[in-house]
Amino acid sequence: METDTITAISTPIGEGAIAIVRLSGPKAISITANVFKGKNLGDVASHTIHYGKIIDPETKEVAEEVMVSVMRAPKTFTREDVVEINCHGGMVAVNRVLEIILSQGARLAEPGEFTKRAFLHGRIDLSQAEAVMDLIRAKTDKAMSVALKQMDGRLSALIRRLRQDLLETVAHVEVNIDYPEYDDVEEMSHDMMRTKSKEVYKEVVELLQVAKQGKILREGLATAIIGRPNVGKSSLMNTLVQENKAIVTEVPGTTRDIIEEYVSVRGVPLRLVDTAGIRETEDIVEKIGVERSRQVLKESDLILFVLNYNDVLSEEDEKLFKAIEGLDYIVIINKTDLEQKLDLDRVYELAAEKPIVITSLVKEEGVNELEEAIAKTFFAGDIDTGDLTYVSNVRHIQLLKQAKQALEDAMEGLELGLPLDVVQIDVTRTWELLGEIIGDTASDSLIDQLFSQFCLGK
Amino acid sequence: MTYDAGHYDVVVVGAGHAGVEAGLAAAKMGAKTLMLTLNLDMIAFMPCNPSIGGPAKGIVVREIDALGGVMGKVIDKTHIQMRLLNTGKGPAVQALRAQADKPMYIKEMKNIVENEKNLTLRQGMVDRLVVEDGVCKGVVTETNAFYRAETVIITTGTFMRGKVLMGDLEYESGPNNQRPTIKLSENLEELGLEITRFKTGTPPRVNSHTIDYSKTEIQPGDETPRSFSYETTEYITDQIPCWLTYTNEFTHEIINENLSLSAMYSGMKRGTGPRYCPSIEDKIVRFNDKPRHQIFLEPEGRDTEEVYVQGLSTSLPESVQHGMVRSVEGLEHAEIMRAGYAIEYDAIVPTQLWPTLETKKIPGLFTAGQINGTSGYEEAAAQGIMAGINAAAKVLGKDPVILDRSQAYIGVLIDDLVTKGTNEPYRLLTSRAEYRLLLRHDNADFRMTELGYELGLITEERYAAFKEKYRLVEEEKKRLQKLIIKPTEEVNAFLETAGASKMKEAVKAYDLLKRPELSYDLLAPIIHADPSLPHDVTEQVGIQIKYEGYIKKANDQVARMLKMEEKKIPEDIDYDAISGIATEAKEKLKKVRPLSVGQASRISGVNPADISILVVYMEQGNIARLAN
Ligand SMILES: Cc1cc2nc3c(=O)[nH]c(=O)nc-3n(C[C@H](O)[C@H](O)[C@H](O)COP(=O)(O)OP(=O)(O)OC[C@H]3O[C@@H](n4cnc5c(N)ncnc54)[C@H](O)[C@@H]3O)c2cc1C
Ligand SMILES: Nc1nc2c(ncn2[C@@H]2O[C@H](COP(=O)(O)OP(=O)(O)OP(=O)(O)O)[C@@H](O)[C@H]2O)c(=O)[nH]1
Repeated sequence: METDTITAISTPIGEGAIAIVRLSGPKAISITANVFKGKNLGDVASHTIHYGKIIDPETKEVAEEVMVSVMRAPKTFTREDVVEINCHGGMVAVNRVLEIILSQGARLAEPGEFTKRAFLHGRIDLSQAEAVMDLIRAKTDKAMSVALKQMDGRLSALIRRLRQDLLETVAHVEVNIDYPEYDDVEEMSHDMMRTKSKEVYKEVVELLQVAKQGKILREGLATAIIGRPNVGKSSLMNTLVQENKAIVTEVPGTTRDIIEEYVSVRGVPLRLVDTAGIRETEDIVEKIGVERSRQVLKESDLILFVLNYNDVLSEEDEKLFKAIEGLDYIVIINKTDLEQKLDLDRVYELAAEKPIVITSLVKEEGVNELEEAIAKTFFAGDIDTGDLTYVSNVRHIQLLKQAKQALEDAMEGLELGLPLDVVQIDVTRTWELLGEIIGDTASDSLIDQLFSQFCLGK
Repeated sequence: MTYDAGHYDVVVVGAGHAGVEAGLAAAKMGAKTLMLTLNLDMIAFMPCNPSIGGPAKGIVVREIDALGGVMGKVIDKTHIQMRLLNTGKGPAVQALRAQADKPMYIKEMKNIVENEKNLTLRQGMVDRLVVEDGVCKGVVTETNAFYRAETVIITTGTFMRGKVLMGDLEYESGPNNQRPTIKLSENLEELGLEITRFKTGTPPRVNSHTIDYSKTEIQPGDETPRSFSYETTEYITDQIPCWLTYTNEFTHEIINENLSLSAMYSGMKRGTGPRYCPSIEDKIVRFNDKPRHQIFLEPEGRDTEEVYVQGLSTSLPESVQHGMVRSVEGLEHAEIMRAGYAIEYDAIVPTQLWPTLETKKIPGLFTAGQINGTSGYEEAAAQGIMAGINAAAKVLGKDPVILDRSQAYIGVLIDDLVTKGTNEPYRLLTSRAEYRLLLRHDNADFRMTELGYELGLITEERYAAFKEKYRLVEEEKKRLQKLIIKPTEEVNAFLETAGASKMKEAVKAYDLLKRPELSYDLLAPIIHADPSLPHDVTEQVGIQIKYEGYIKKANDQVARMLKMEEKKIPEDIDYDAISGIATEAKEKLKKVRPLSVGQASRISGVNPADISILVVYMEQGNIARLAN
């Protein structure tokens, strides 16, 4: 009957508690299998539990270690295929897993939807139908009040303003269509539409960044340490961990090729990611080229790029500079206790205005300066935690992402020179999506706008 | 005492734009049909602007035509000029508009109606319905003629308790001083139908001899001959222009000074007027920063000197109208032939209708046109043909025909009316359609002809021609898929002179056509176009290819929408028994009684949780039924 696959966090959310991301629907197993490293879930028997990892398909990073239960239809709660992903990393991890599952084509379940499906598929008997309806009502009301509380007044005000902007633009296009003979309404041009779309796009992207900020505060700034072999990357990691109180230490059982350390450097939460992949960055650059390594590195919020004072600047170093161009990074010139062989002028030139710190990790010199540089990047840069409109709801983020996509489609249409009434389809879609965030989707407001903004008649 | 005046399958009350389409469709489907109207010389009379079509409306005319209606054919024969609008925009929003020759239009329409077998045309004023056991069984006229009927379609337009307003003058009247319909309106109210009061207005007409056209701008028709109907083969070549002039500060001063004398502004409580056709008073008050407003001078026909002054719709006293008209450039010496006026009338709250346009309260009774709260000839005709089809289908034991929102503007119009209702006279706008890239002017035949044929409204001959067009389009698309264009010097030189960027590698002709700057016509030599292919075929091929991506996106949305439409709500559902649904939603659902979950979800005030609960409840009912 229902053909889509739904998902939601199905345990009460609370830091530290074991949380479950549950999926139900025809694609529950295949969606999970897509992002699961371990046994092939497509082949496993029904009602079995499997250990493995959830991999972020974009970064190829391990997002979480999990236990996955696979239950095939019809002997399940909903009588559809059901997968339960048990996460133990608390709220941060479970949210991340949910986002990954959503990115694979599952839809966020409506309140009470699992129960509703169970009922529709005859799993819950007739006498309980009443209870099911009550549950949907109760859950919806609760979700609504939670959503309202979560939604910052500034956020809804901002979204209302963006929608009004879009609405005026759309109404303008509509008026040109419905009243082509009216000369006192200026014809909307591609340029005007482009300007508007770009403005709104910028704000939507910012909102998404802010959303990421929310994530960062919860998860820590993803920090990658890169550099050629032997420049001192492991030493740097050890120094940072020893100097600072580690928030979470290595999870027992983690394989050796991935080390993640959470540290708080002067109040900045860092998630130090030192993967084999990144450790051998120069290999990546060699193998997959500057552009692709860039894509990998882009996922980090901060890059610590280590150079050897005692060695000449190699071709690999130059390539690494290229790969991180435009990203947030700090250059660390290590081993200053040894003889200078590095062309400092060239390094300053390549690093342009990015911070450069000089260290000798064996002598524990320059570590303070490094920590200061990290803190500065975080607090002074565009990663500002102060007066931010906070978007955190997974549903909001999903809608924002879709709105961003719709605007990108609109801008692409404009570049191609498609007629405005066609481009406008995507602009209207953006307006609707933003409306869903604040729970306002009445389409009549377009007609109202039309007649209040323009003087039309016979 | 009434006398027995005969027995019909379908009785249509009114021969306006809705009535004629309703009567003709029902008769063509094989129902024995009677059409009663006040005045046989006023069949499909246009009480307001002398034009048909325009954005959205023009597309509706084509849909009506492809369903086998007559509006398109008649205007093709009787226009004084025609234009394709929005040519600079995308294919989805282009539409035809024609200036009508009003007297010719009436004459032509009367001729068609008179000659339809199965259709009896008669002059008469219907006073009341005959309802037996809650079911509509016929009508009685003021001459006491009782017509027994299986179904009745009321299409009485603005006549229902019509009241003309001009300054402080007011009197009961239909449009243009025709008799108003008082008794039937009262009768409908007695029968328990909910009535609302709307109003609309019309501008003065002036004598063409008294206009100084040299002070105005000419607005000619298009040179390219076009037609609304897919069957039209003869085109009118001697077109007559319209003229453009403007109001000015003097006009505005006159209006402002006399505002309190306007019937609409004198403080009396009035019916609701449409925002999209405000009177000139409205425009001056609401947009007082505008220094001038456009005035179009539109001839009302070839053999008349009356000119319609579009833009000056008013309910000011006649005495003020003279000065107002003469303040406009080019109209300094204009003689008014008919003064402008406003009209107030009864309309039925349209949420009382099923999507078939049958009333929920009185089975067998259908209503169509302005009586349902719409405004406009095209909107009326669209409802007329659907009501005619459904009334006949009911009598003949056929399935009802309901067009969905992705099929036709007609579907959008009727769904809006019966699902959302309207609090002002409803007009179609392109922005009301969410799938407008599918609802194009160029593909109305692709969307509707098959259905028209199934219903018996489209002739074999026309159907064959349509099938042939369809075949040619598909074949040409296939050919272009297979044809590889190589980036030869010749090709690139051609592209360069056409102002397009060069090709680097070989592509399918099909994909080359996707480039926005390259049209089928332009590429014809390169893609080896067959010059014998008709233009409407190549146009269709071009549009289908160019907008394929967007069309596909729209089709995906439609597929999702249709899944919701397929979930039917049982007619006997008891919303009061569903505890979880919010009170406001419950009231709305009880009133609208949606046929499907999809329709329910479009009712304002019904939210997704209510829909979820409704689905659970319905399933509970199904299980209970199975258990029994
Ligand atoms: C003053 C005025 C201004 C308007 N302005 C606009 C405008 O700006 N834009 C716009 O789009 N539309 C406008 N319209 C509306 C447009 O004219 C109508 O929408 C359209 O004509 C409606 O068609 P219809 O078939 O519903 O009704 P009509 O065309 O009005 O036809 C009604 C028919 O019913 C018949 N009839 C009535 N009562 C009875 C009875 N008791 N028994 C038998 N027959 C009966 C009449 O004789 C007539 O044939 C205006 C109308 C008027 C009167
Ligand atoms: N003289 C000197 N030696 C250092 C300094 N920092 C690190 N080293 C030494 O350099 C060597 C390599 O250090 P690591 O930290 O393992 O370097 P790495 O970049 O992680 O090396 P790979 O794992 O091979 O990529 C070790 O022997 C360190 O003791 C420094 O500041 N001065």
